[in-house]
This record gives sequence, structure tokens and C-alpha cells, in this order.
Amino acid sequence: MKWLKDFFRTYLLLELVQGMVLTGRYLFARKITVQFPEEKTPQSNRFRGLHALRRYPNGEERCIACKLCEAVCPALAITIESEQRNDGTRRTTRYDIDLSKCIYCGFCEESCPVDSIVETRILEYHAEKRSELIYTKQMLLAIGDKNEAQIAADRALDARYR
Amino acid sequence: MDYFQDLLGPAWPLIWTLVKIIVLVLPILGAVAYLTLAERKVIGYIQVRIGPNRVGPRGFLQPIADAVKVLTKEIIIPSGANKFLFVTAPVLAIAPALVAWAVVPFSPELLLSNIDAGLLFILAITSMGVYGVIVGGWASNSKYAFLGAIRSSAQIVSYEIAMGFALVGVLMVSHSLNLGEIVKGQQGGGFWSWYFVPLFPLFLVYLISGVAETNRAPFDVAEGETEIVAGFHVEYSGMTFSVFYLAEYANMILVSALCALMFLGGWLPPFNFAPFTWIPGFLWLLAKIAFLLFVFLWIRATFPRYRYDQIMRLGWKVFIPVTLVWIVVIGAWMQTPFWLW
Repeated sequence: MKWLKDFFRTYLLLELVQGMVLTGRYLFARKITVQFPEEKTPQSNRFRGLHALRRYPNGEERCIACKLCEAVCPALAITIESEQRNDGTRRTTRYDIDLSKCIYCGFCEESCPVDSIVETRILEYHAEKRSELIYTKQMLLAIGDKNEAQIAADRALDARYR
Repeated sequence: MDYFQDLLGPAWPLIWTLVKIIVLVLPILGAVAYLTLAERKVIGYIQVRIGPNRVGPRGFLQPIADAVKVLTKEIIIPSGANKFLFVTAPVLAIAPALVAWAVVPFSPELLLSNIDAGLLFILAITSMGVYGVIVGGWASNSKYAFLGAIRSSAQIVSYEIAMGFALVGVLMVSHSLNLGEIVKGQQGGGFWSWYFVPLFPLFLVYLISGVAETNRAPFDVAEGETEIVAGFHVEYSGMTFSVFYLAEYANMILVSALCALMFLGGWLPPFNFAPFTWIPGFLWLLAKIAFLLFVFLWIRATFPRYRYDQIMRLGWKVFIPVTLVWIVVIGAWMQTPFWLW
């Protein structure tokens, strides 16, 4: 009897029809595509995107050129040079991040004692030359100035867990 | 008509033939272009995506963008290839797919040439399509292409037989090789008097063999992206590649059209009363072709590729016995009073 059952199951293409019914149902299912430039997926406040250098509310830059980020960076993407300023504090004269080396691990942000270097939520940026991917101190400070509200809000959300 | 004949003299028959060819081929190529879009959309929807929707409203200009892209690409001829055959192969592949349309009747009057051995002509012409694949695979001088060509030839040889036998059943019940006569033989009631009812096993065998003949998934071992990269057209690029692509889709449309004519009553409406008979016949034929093409895409989106030895087993050890048995059954059935077609 079993062979007869198997015979009919095979020749009536029952299993194939079942498969096609399943895919036919998916034809009408709700589509899950996110249409990128218009729609975006939610981002975490811990998102690690483009870097920024922050300032204190009084306009003074936070970075004190301790070079911890340069030391911890596993990809050797950060280059820092520093000197003493007239008021006696140590400040950077050069702070370059080579984004073609960076692996976005976030160690620089974790190592920073003054919350100066941070990784923002920005993920849509590009360059057409390799040299354009080396972000200088001025560029990083500008990114920080522009997005300070978002950066501060994200840090405040995460403060409980640090 | 006579006016043109006087004006152009002996050149007129040639021009008139060219006009008829263009009027037939252009819509087919347009249908092929939009079939590629339909395929991407249908498969996208089945995979819970939305498919191309950026070029033009809802992606309707996508085929044009594809065509422009492929036209501007470089045609690379491998250094070890046989140049003449390498360039000829795509033409060999697409020509039969377009030539066969000469005998396809769109309605009782609307057809290019009404020849009595139409079915034989179709069988002869469509069998030549595989030469494009074989020649292309051989002329590429590449191992993957050669493997694809070998697979394709073995596969098409085995499925041609089952397909031929399926058509023998149609011949038996219609008593004609003329495609128009075959459709007229299905007149009568409604969809229950079409040949797919008594010939249901042959209809399925024809449909599945049709998928195999056109090298479509799940029988696309000649391409076999995961096994032999792209099979017979691995060395092709630009326009030569796209002609192979067009040939595949033109063949799909052709197989669907033949299936609609021989088993699904061609231009006949499914019910023989008022609202259905108002719709002109060729629209019914187009609707049937479109439905079968959708089934082709649906099958592609559903089933994984057959293993090569399974394809051979299915062709030789399942389809040919099934068709032979059903031909005998039909032969006996036709001698009894229970034969209603």
C-alpha cells in the first residue's frame, strides 16, 4: 500500500504544488524592503560612525593631547602632534584620522579621558580620492560643532552604563 | 496595396515581407524586454522584496536602462576563442526563437504564414536553438563554457524526445499538424473542451520539458551559476551576452505560446457565452501566454536546481515512459464512445 501512496504522491506532484502554494502566498505578503534614501532603519545611540572632536560649552577644545587614542588604535589610524600653548596647557597641533585605515572599533572613544574624540551616528559620507579620507583636526572639530546636540544626547543616554 | 505594388514594382514583395517581419518581431522583443522586468518583480515579490523601482515610475523604464548599459559595454573576445563562431553563436541562439513565430496563429486570421506542417516546422526550428549554446560553449575555448555546452546538449536531447511525444498526443486528438487547425479542434464548449483535459499528463510533461528546453531554473544546469559560473556564456559580455539573454526569454515566450495553442485552446475564450466572447481572441491568447510565463517565473522562484543526474533520470526514466503510456491510453480511449473531444 505504501508504494501506491508514494507513487501517487510523486506523479501528482503534490509536494511541488505545496511548495508553489507557499511561495505564492509570499507573493502577497507585506514587503520588508527599506527604501534607503527615503526610509532608514533605526540607529542605536551607541552607533559607531564618522569621528568628531568635541568642545566644552565655553568653546575650548576638549582634547589635551594625551595620545591615549593614538596608542590604543589597533589600526594605527590616528596621528597626533602636540605643543605647549601660551597659557601653559598642552594642545594638539595635528590630529589626523585616516578613515581608510580605521576599523570603527570605538577604542579611541573609550580611551579618551575627556570625552573629546567620539564616533557619531553619521554613516553616509564618501571620498573620491584616498587623500580625502584623511580627516584633519579642523574637519573633525567642524563635525563635532555641527552635531554637538546629537552627540551629547547619545552620551547622556549611555552614561548609566559607563 | 496595389498602389504600392505599382510604385515599387518587383521590390514590393521583399519590402512587404520585411514589414511583416518587423511588425511581428518588434512586439516580441518588447515583450522579452518587459519579461525581464516582470521576472525581477515577481521573484522579488515572492522573496518579500519589491524589485527594481527606481528607473521611471515603479521601475517601468528599467529594461531600457539595462539595454543602454549593455549596449555601451565592451565585447571581449577571449584570445583562444574561435572569433567567427564566438560571434555567430548568439545569433544562432536567437534566430530560431524568432523564426518559429512565423507559424504561430494569434487568431484565425492573424498569422504570418499558414503552413500545414506548422507543428513539424516548430519542432525543427526550436531544436536548432541548442546549436547556439553548443557553438558558443565550444568557441569560447573555456572549460566552464565547454562543460555548460555539454550539459545543455545532453539535457536538450533527452527532453526533446519527451516534448515530441507530448506533441504526438496532440496530433492524435487533433488529426492535424496545422496550429490553426489544432486550436479549432478545441472549439465546442468552454475550457473543458481544450486538450489539456484529456491530455493532462502530456500537458504537464510539455510544460516541464518546456522549462528544461529553455534552460530555465530548476533545469538551468547549462548555466549553473553555483557550479560552473555561468556555463556556456561565461566568456560573453556586452551585446553578445545580452543576445543570449534575449534568446532565453524569447524561447520562454515561444514555449508558453505553443503550450497555450496546443493545450489551452489558443485564442478561444474559457466560456462560450456573452461576456467572455466579447473579448477579442488574441487577447485571450496573450492572457494565456502571460499566465504560463508567470508560472515559469513562479517555478524559478520556488524550486532549487536539479542535480545533473536527476535531470537525466527525470527525462529518460519518468517523462518518456509517462508520455508513451498516455499515448497508448489516448489511442485506446479514442476508439471508445467515451471520447468527447
